[in-house]
Amino acid sequence: MEKYNIYAAKLLPKREILSPGHRACQGCGELLAVRQVLKAIGPDVIIANATGCLEIVTSSFPDTAWTVPWIHVAFENAAAVASGIESALKVLKRKGRYPSDRDIKIVAFAGDGGTADIGMQALSGALERFHNFMYVCYDNEAYMNTGIQRSSSTPFCATTTTSPAGKKSFGQKTNKKNLPEIAVAHGIPYVATACPSYPFDLMEKATKGVNTEGPAYLHIFSPCPTGWRSLPDDSIEIGRLAIETGVFPLYEVVNGKYKMTYKPLKLKHVSEYLKKQGRFKHLTGELIEEIEKRVKENYNKLVKKCEI
Amino acid sequence: MSKRVGIEVSLSVSEAVKLANVDCIAAYPITPQTHIVEHLSEIVANGEVDAEFIPVESEHSAMSVCCGCSAAGARTYTATSSQGLALMNEIVFIVPSLRLPIVMTVADRSLSGPISIWNDHTDAMSVRDCGWIQFFVENGQEAFDAHLTAFKIAEDKRVLLPVMVHMDGFILTHMIEPIEFLEQDEVDKFLSKNYTPAIQLNPEKPVTMGAVGIPEIYTEAKKAHDVVLHESKKVIIEVWNEFAELFGRRFKPVETYKMEDAEIALLTMGSYGETAQIAIDELRKEGEKAGLIKLRLWRPFPLEEFLDTVSNVKGVGVVDRAITYGTTGGPLAIEIRNALYDVEPRKVVTDFIAGLAGRDVTINDFKYMYQKTKEAVKSGKALPYQFIGVRG
Repeated sequence: MEKYNIYAAKLLPKREILSPGHRACQGCGELLAVRQVLKAIGPDVIIANATGCLEIVTSSFPDTAWTVPWIHVAFENAAAVASGIESALKVLKRKGRYPSDRDIKIVAFAGDGGTADIGMQALSGALERFHNFMYVCYDNEAYMNTGIQRSSSTPFCATTTTSPAGKKSFGQKTNKKNLPEIAVAHGIPYVATACPSYPFDLMEKATKGVNTEGPAYLHIFSPCPTGWRSLPDDSIEIGRLAIETGVFPLYEVVNGKYKMTYKPLKLKHVSEYLKKQGRFKHLTGELIEEIEKRVKENYNKLVKKCEI
Repeated sequence: MSKRVGIEVSLSVSEAVKLANVDCIAAYPITPQTHIVEHLSEIVANGEVDAEFIPVESEHSAMSVCCGCSAAGARTYTATSSQGLALMNEIVFIVPSLRLPIVMTVADRSLSGPISIWNDHTDAMSVRDCGWIQFFVENGQEAFDAHLTAFKIAEDKRVLLPVMVHMDGFILTHMIEPIEFLEQDEVDKFLSKNYTPAIQLNPEKPVTMGAVGIPEIYTEAKKAHDVVLHESKKVIIEVWNEFAELFGRRFKPVETYKMEDAEIALLTMGSYGETAQIAIDELRKEGEKAGLIKLRLWRPFPLEEFLDTVSNVKGVGVVDRAITYGTTGGPLAIEIRNALYDVEPRKVVTDFIAGLAGRDVTINDFKYMYQKTKEAVKSGKALPYQFIGVRG
C-alpha cells in the first residue's frame, strides 16, 4: 500500500452502493469484498454480474440491493456482457446518444467458478480484445452457491462435496489454478490480488484498476464460512492468515511489473491458517507439510518475480 | 430513388444493417453466415457506418456481448448459423426475457452430427420455443427488406423483443440476386437513426436487469412474455404495411400462391417457396387445383391468417426441413396439424421431411408431395410422415 498514512476508516465514503439488507450468509467475505470495491469506485459505474451467490443474494425480484445500474445475464459471460456495455458506451458517446460528462466505469463481478472454469473463455476473449473495464473475481475457492462443489480454484487437499475427503481420498487432488497469472499472460496493464481483510489495500487496487486505460483484473480472496466450515466471525482473521502464511499473497502487476503490496516480515506456518477451517480438518501432519512446502515454493517464486 | 443491384444476398443483408444505422455488431464466424459479418466488418472498417464491431471468441460470447450492448442502449445486430446458434442457445433464451431488441440473422443450416454445413431448418427448430419473433425469408429482396423491418419491430415500445430473421444457408446466403436497394434518407424516414432505448444501463437512472425470478414471480414473467409475443403480431403487420406504403413491397404473415380455388395446398417456409411455386404452375397446367402456402411469420404463429388461407382446402402437404425424432412428424407439420385440429370439415395433413442438409428437392419432388397429399385426401387417411428422396 503506497499511501498508508492517508487512509483512515472515517475518511471512507459513507455511501453504501451495495445496500444492506441483502441475503448473504453471516461472515460472507464475498459481499464484503464487493462492498469495498464499490466504495472505492463510487456511483458512476455499470455492473455486469455472473450467476452465483452475489447475484442470488442481491437481486431477488422485486427486491434489489443495487443502487447502481446492474445486469445479470448468465453464469459464464460476465466478461462478455461487460465488453458489450463498454463497446456500446464508446459508440453511443461518440454519436452523442449517451451522456459523456461522467466517466462511467464498467465492472464485471464473478466468482471463481464463473472465472476459472466456465467463464475462462469469455474472460480471456475480453482481456485479449482489450476492453476498458475491470473484471473482479471474488474467489471463495468452490461452487458455494450450488453447495460447495470443487472448482479449479479449490486448493490442494480441501474437502468439498465433489472432492470429498474419504478413506481413499484426502480431498482436492490438484493445485489451485493461478488466475492472476493467466490474466498477466494476456499482457493487460493491471492485475492485482486483494482480500477484504485488508480493506485499504483492496480499495486502492480497485481504484487503480478502474482508472487503468484498458482491461484490469482484480482477484479477491473471499472467505466463505458456509463452504469452508469456519466461524462467521473468523472470516477476517482467516483472510489475514491466508496472507500471513503466504497462501494468498497480496501483489499487483502493473504493465507486467510485479510488486508485493504487503509483505509479512516472517511467514507463519500454513497450519495456523488451515486449523480454523473444517474443510482441512481431515489433514494429517504429512499432508499439512506438503501444503506448507507448496505454498512456500509458490510464494518464493512470486518474490523472485517481484525482484526483477 | 431505389437502385437495383446484382449482389450476393449476404452482402445485401450487411448493407441493410448498415442502412439501419446499427451501433454494435458482435459476431463469430460460421459457415454459411460468414459473408454477412465479413462485409459488415469492412463497412465498419471503412467508416461507412459509425459502429463498434466486436470480434468475439465464440457465439456464446457474441450473444452475451449483444446483451451488454443492447442493455446499454445500442442498436445491436449479430448473425450466426447451426452450431453457433446451438452454442449461444443459453443466451438466446435469456434475451427476450431481458426485453432486449437485438436483431439476429440465422443463415439456416443443419446441426451436427454428422457434421454438415448445408441448409435445412434444424437449427431454427432448436430455438423454436425461445420466445423471439422469428420470420423466414424466401429470396434476396425479402432478406434485405426483412432486416430493415426487423429493427423497427423489435424496438417498438409495444414489443421490445428480439427478432430472428431466418434465411436459408447457401441457397440464399451465397446467391447473387438483383436487389432493389434503398437510399439512406429513405430508410431514415422509416427507421429512426436516433434509436432511443426503453430501458438503459445508465447511472443517472439505475436499473436492475436480470434479477432472480422466485417461484412467486416466474410464472407471471413467463405469461407476460407470452402475451407480448402474441400481441407483437399486430405491430409486425403494422410495420410491414408501413414499409409497403413507403417502398411498395409488402410482407404478410402468411403468403399464398394460387390459393383462391385450391383444393390441395403445399406449405413451405423459406427459400423452397420459389421452387414449389414452379411445381404449382406445372400442376395447374395439368388441371390440378393446387396452391401454395408460404409461412413467413413463424413466431408469433399467425393462426388466424393461416386458417384464412386454408378454409377451402381439403388437404395440406407440409414440407418440413427438420426432424423431431421419434414422434408424430416434423416440427412444422405438428404445428400445422395442431392449428387445424378444431377446423371443420377436417383437413388432411401430410408431412414430408425434405431437403435435409442441402439435399436437393426438385420440382418433381414437390409434385410427388402434392400427389401423395391428394391420395391421402381421397382415402381420408393421413399418411405417416415420410422422408423425401431418401435411400433405404
